Amino acid sequence: MTDSDNGKPLDETPPTDSAEAEAKAKEEAAAKAKAAKAKALAEAEAAKEPWERDPSTPSWEEVEDSLLVDSLRAAHADAVLSARSFAGDLVLEIDSQSIREVCRSLKEEHGYKLFVDSCGAHFDNREEKELEVVYILHNLETNDQVRLKVRVDVGVEVPSVAKVYAGANWAERETYDMYGIRFTDHPDMTRILLWEGFNGHPLLKDFPVEGIDTGAAIYPETYTDNAGPVAGTGTGWRPPAPPEEKTSQSAPESSGEES
Amino acid sequence: MTDIETTAPQPSETLLGVEEMELNFGPQHPATHGVLRLKVKLDGERIVDCYPIIGYLHRGTEKLFELHPFFQNVPHTDRMDYVAAATNNLAYVGAVEKLIGIIVPPRARYIRTILAELQRISSHLLWLATHAIDIGAMTPFFYTFREREHVLDLFEDYCGARLTLNCMRPGGQPFDLPVGWTEKCAEFIESFPENIAEYEGLLTNNRIWKKRTVGVGVLDPDVALDYGVTGPMLRGSGIDWDLRKARPYEAYSEVEFDVPVFFNCDTYDRYLVRMEEMRQSVRILRQCLDQLPDGPIMAKKPRVLKAPKEGEVYYGVEGPKGEIGFYIIGDGSPNPYRCRVRPPSFLNLQVLPEMIRGDLLADLIAVIGTTDIVLGEVDR
Repeated sequence: MTDSDNGKPLDETPPTDSAEAEAKAKEEAAAKAKAAKAKALAEAEAAKEPWERDPSTPSWEEVEDSLLVDSLRAAHADAVLSARSFAGDLVLEIDSQSIREVCRSLKEEHGYKLFVDSCGAHFDNREEKELEVVYILHNLETNDQVRLKVRVDVGVEVPSVAKVYAGANWAERETYDMYGIRFTDHPDMTRILLWEGFNGHPLLKDFPVEGIDTGAAIYPETYTDNAGPVAGTGTGWRPPAPPEEKTSQSAPESSGEES
Repeated sequence: MTDIETTAPQPSETLLGVEEMELNFGPQHPATHGVLRLKVKLDGERIVDCYPIIGYLHRGTEKLFELHPFFQNVPHTDRMDYVAAATNNLAYVGAVEKLIGIIVPPRARYIRTILAELQRISSHLLWLATHAIDIGAMTPFFYTFREREHVLDLFEDYCGARLTLNCMRPGGQPFDLPVGWTEKCAEFIESFPENIAEYEGLLTNNRIWKKRTVGVGVLDPDVALDYGVTGPMLRGSGIDWDLRKARPYEAYSEVEFDVPVFFNCDTYDRYLVRMEEMRQSVRILRQCLDQLPDGPIMAKKPRVLKAPKEGEVYYGVEGPKGEIGFYIIGDGSPNPYRCRVRPPSFLNLQVLPEMIRGDLLADLIAVIGTTDIVLGEVDR
């Protein structure tokens, strides 16, 4: 109601020539003021402290003049698929079958002696090579860090790096535990955080957050087979479905009463 | 090397017909500092091999990270290493800030440094107390918990919580320091060096303490690097590596401190590293309080933080136990697409069999204590 009341007097005033000119002048003045304001804003933005500005999100950059990448490419033909950097982190994509050799030469020739971390990642929207294994290595002398990425299809084994970096042993076991990526020549390819009989790999994107029916194997008398949620039925919490058996039993009874 | 070593029977001297025995240690043993289970293979009292079994405290934190926006994930990080929540927060918010490109105002950086160093002191105090109890020295427990209480009081005054602090946000600090807090903190750091001297008076030249720790759990520097061991464990093995110096973050480039390094690679040297680190923390705290700048405590940032459409960062900080890092992949949504924790305890625990092989069973307790693990972080 109030909106229409406010609008009425404006609509009723008839447009005259003087009013049109006035409007034009107003518009020009407004544009000028806007430009001046934008300029002032840009100046003020530049004068601001870095924490008062909008965040400047980093982006991917191709790495071209890196000695490390060049020497790796020379030593291992076709092993380095891409070399990019994001927010200052050097990321190399490595062919899955040559990861161990690349790690070995990084350790022995380039001084990347500290094993920082290794983990997996799952990109279910990709058509092929959904799974990734990531290795982070550090050179203590030059203080450089490098991140190696390996992309593989589901079910493809990756050569284990555990013989090069002993620390990769548990990290690869965890990657296997969480993503189901197996590593060839791994000294102990078993689950590490979850129990031996666990069904599924929980960090896969299609693994339901509410868990899966693992109770059946432990307490068969309490949980029948397939009693819990099943892997691959989506993520997120879902309200419990009404028990199916009851409705199917009660439905014919009620329909019988009605007829 | 020590009397224990020379008097104990060497494996070659053992009687014929004596079989190796497998012993299950944990997961409910108080000396395992949580729910760690070790399968220990023994030849008499000498450890032939040891196989750690973990996962009893697995809570799927990395899956939970994917379900919540960047802001709501900070409390999850408190519950990983629950005796050093502030440094976990620091690593996580640092990774988010690096991913989104936020620059934190100086006052917030200083407050973060103060909190992280207080956390280092409190974590080391807890370590000292439990390590000493494991070895049989009861008294340091009462002394260290007296001072730890002061640190926890400081945390409580700042954010209301004592352990699970949730005291940092991506972009800055949630609260400014309360009135009178800096004076209280200054009081604490004024008296604390005397307390460190007290602990050292009890232990450093103590004959029993030395017999239980010198030459026990030797960790070769190359082995340590190979296994990704970081923190006081690495510095006790003679490698001068500290992320606060190597890749300065927050206010560490603006303060002076030394990185203690000891070269005997044994339990005793790791003890010395941690004692010296507490002194250095006091130094850092004193400088931070003196230089504490005024100004805002929160950077300009959008209400809902969104990761770049494609992008991933790794960001690590020097926690009390080693390098705690976060590897975050963004997909343009307000939630991390993947958030991996690099837990220092996980990688430090992995080297335990290397350190204990050939030592006596009683030394196992000392070596578990010296690795300073928190199972909440190992299992996540």
